[in-house]
Amino acid sequence: MTVYYSKEHEWIRVDGDTATVGITDFAQGQLGDVVFVEVPEAGKALHKGGEAAVVESVKAASDVYAPVGGTVIEGNQAVVDEPSLVNTDPEGEGWFFKLTLADTHELNDLMNAEQYKGYCESL
Amino acid sequence: MSEQLLPLDGWHRRRGARMVEFAGYQMPIQYEGIIAEHRWTRESAGLFDVSHMGQLIVAGPAAEQGLAALLPADFAMLKEGRPKYSLLLTAEAGIIDDLMITRRGDHFYLVVNGATKAGDIEHFQAHLPAGAVLDHMKEQALLALQGPKAADLLARLAPGVAELGFMTAGAFTLGGTTCWISRSGYTGEDGFEISLPAADAERIADMILDQPEVRPIGLGARDSLRLEAGLPLYGHDLDLTTTPVEAGLVFAIARRRREEGGFLGWERIAAELENGPIRKRVGLVVEGRQPVREGALVVDGEGNEVGKVTSGGFAPSLDAPIAMAYVPAAMAAPGTIVELAQRGRVHRGTVTAMPFVPHRYHRKGAPQ
Repeated sequence: MTVYYSKEHEWIRVDGDTATVGITDFAQGQLGDVVFVEVPEAGKALHKGGEAAVVESVKAASDVYAPVGGTVIEGNQAVVDEPSLVNTDPEGEGWFFKLTLADTHELNDLMNAEQYKGYCESL
Repeated sequence: MSEQLLPLDGWHRRRGARMVEFAGYQMPIQYEGIIAEHRWTRESAGLFDVSHMGQLIVAGPAAEQGLAALLPADFAMLKEGRPKYSLLLTAEAGIIDDLMITRRGDHFYLVVNGATKAGDIEHFQAHLPAGAVLDHMKEQALLALQGPKAADLLARLAPGVAELGFMTAGAFTLGGTTCWISRSGYTGEDGFEISLPAADAERIADMILDQPEVRPIGLGARDSLRLEAGLPLYGHDLDLTTTPVEAGLVFAIARRRREEGGFLGWERIAAELENGPIRKRVGLVVEGRQPVREGALVVDGEGNEVGKVTSGGFAPSLDAPIAMAYVPAAMAAPGTIVELAQRGRVHRGTVTAMPFVPHRYHRKGAPQ
């Protein structure tokens, strides 16, 4: 199992051809208190870079873009019901959706944990 | 405009504030988090730095007559140390700014919004007669202490302040410094606004924050608190295109002035009072959990734009999204369902009487 990161501050945990996607601790810290989350429904086809989910904090609304393409297996109803999970456990219980990867080559464009840490420090 | 630093800039940063640009200043948007700060203010007491606001003095033999030509307050009823909410209006009754004015001895003390203070000063200088002199107190900081525990804790530091009723003010000694303290604020809670020399601001802010009931509160919670309290924010819910009657601020037009006029904007106000305004500012409770924010459109059944959301967000005290909007007068009655279009989606809102969260002001003589 490998965890990748995008420049849009998503994490992608890959297990075989299944990926779980959420936003990083850095991202939730920037957003502040999350009050609304919308996740994609199972079966939805996502294209890399396309709109996948919505996350809104007290301050602002943000779209979450699919860091990789694929077919949604499950959206996390728990974060829809309890949006603050994104703040309290962003890289665990606060995941957004799971998908079946369309093309594992798309993972090559993403960062590993160390690269992502450096990326955040450069911002 | 380059960003300026407020007297408490370093103080905020040392307390872990996240700073953002606001009204041309670097200001704290939050410390520990907007929802926690919001709830703390409703339950205990929060300290806000509002030093970006403009503090003005208008003095001189023609001060009263000059101000009366610009503001719809009844100056004969404006008593010493009794702040009044008032409005700076154009000849067409557009709102240049909303403000607080207090008679203070031989002069008037005004507090105006930070983003608009430069324009306000120009407007005053262009219209005040010779014999009225305006001074911008740039060396003065302004703190707001808001919340149900504010009075008890401030009374420990500034004896006598607990005797003030809502919308009264006076000079008090706080930490050895003479401060002008009014029992007022913009959160819907009991509380105080403290005008003090900028040079003493850090020391006195520390004294207040040392009280166990107090936490520092940023602009984010200030906005959610005032929205729940139904209080309009200039530049969002009020601007040059809105009139006091549309905005539901008729209480700021003194009764005598409604009849007699004699201030800029009176003709349109008199007409709107007689015929009713075309549109009104209303409160909306939004269905679901997704906030509908400033800029969202109010639409009719055919999707035509009939109004606009001017403030909107998540109300921590209600755990629901709320908004303020301008809607046609026919849609302004509480209970009316309106449709709101935002980013390609339609949300439903119910027109709701404001405040959304009851005010808890300390009115003297009222049952507590």
